[in-house]
Amino acid sequence: MDSATSRASAPLGASADNGLKIVIVGGFGVGKTTMVRSVSEIRPLNTEETMTQAGAAVDDLTGVHAKTTTTVAFDFGRITLDARNVLYLFGAPGQERFWFLWDRLFQGTLGAVVLVDTRRIDDSWYAIDRLERHGTPFVVALNDFGGPDFAPAQIREALDLDPHVPLLRCDARSRESAKEVLITLVEHVYARYAAGAADPARPTQELV
Amino acid sequence: MNGAGGRPGRDDAPDRLYTLTGGRSRAGADSPFDLVTLVVAECDPVPGMQSEHAAILRMTERPTAVVEIAAELRLPVGITKILLTDLLDAGRVSARHPRQEALPDPEILEQVLVGLRNL
Ligand SMILES: Nc1nc2c(ncn2[C@@H]2O[C@H](COP(=O)(O)OP(=O)(O)O)[C@@H](O)[C@H]2O)c(=O)[nH]1
Ligand SMILES: [Mg+2]
Repeated sequence: MDSATSRASAPLGASADNGLKIVIVGGFGVGKTTMVRSVSEIRPLNTEETMTQAGAAVDDLTGVHAKTTTTVAFDFGRITLDARNVLYLFGAPGQERFWFLWDRLFQGTLGAVVLVDTRRIDDSWYAIDRLERHGTPFVVALNDFGGPDFAPAQIREALDLDPHVPLLRCDARSRESAKEVLITLVEHVYARYAAGAADPARPTQELV
Repeated sequence: MNGAGGRPGRDDAPDRLYTLTGGRSRAGADSPFDLVTLVVAECDPVPGMQSEHAAILRMTERPTAVVEIAAELRLPVGITKILLTDLLDAGRVSARHPRQEALPDPEILEQVLVGLRNL
């Protein structure tokens, strides 16, 4: 294998020393890979992690043969922010078995984007519930597939969304739109920590 | 090579994975590597070296994240971390771990915002 020809992109600068993570979660076909591609400087790559249903990743290779083994694939892209900071974006499935991986792979993540297709709102409920339990900051981005145009209040109600969680529309195919989603997330994380995570007086963000 | 044709590791016989790592086990929580730990080669590949180790040294001439290494080797992340631990223990690579662990550092968040706005 000639690694020079299979490289996805130009390498990082020699001074890069701080990797950061943002995870984009959502159901199949909601636009996760599309959003990663829109902003990534490399074409999206994919990889996988193998784990047992008990939640432990299978590093003990005897476990590879066990029937309880399951594999979760995810894709990712990369954004060089400056000479030292590199942001990795992960597109990950929202379904139940994926969450076994969360602590192992995505602990220390800056935050998450929950991508929602308004034609299949209920697909997102589980992911939102899990992120809230984990205490991971997140925003909800409605990817526009031409589905029903619900009012923000209806969507918040359907998702049982905490009033301070930002809700915005996006087009995952658009670089500008994907950028805006990421900026909204990081501003939300910033505001959350600036205000102190326990401050109940945080304003509702209504961006739809 | 990372196209739709095959997901890394999925098509590999468990025997191949077993051979790669010498069948060692390592608890996931013990691994010093994060998905986005940046790995940098500290030496060139040497003749007779396990081919995956040599491939890692070639691709980490510049800083390269664990997850990129896994994708390029087409191996699961856990197996990739075992290979990286071998190289780290032997002093053949160094590891630049993510600076922020539990709480985000406001200064870094500001840098992230500046970087995103400049995209
Ligand atoms: N109309 C429309 N189509 C989209 C949008 N985002 C993604 N798609 C399309 O939806 C399909 C599934 O997207 P993909 O990113 O593969 O979804 P994933 O399964 O979440 O990774 C692809 O054919 C995309 O081109 C969007 O914002 N609007
Ligand atoms: Mg996808």
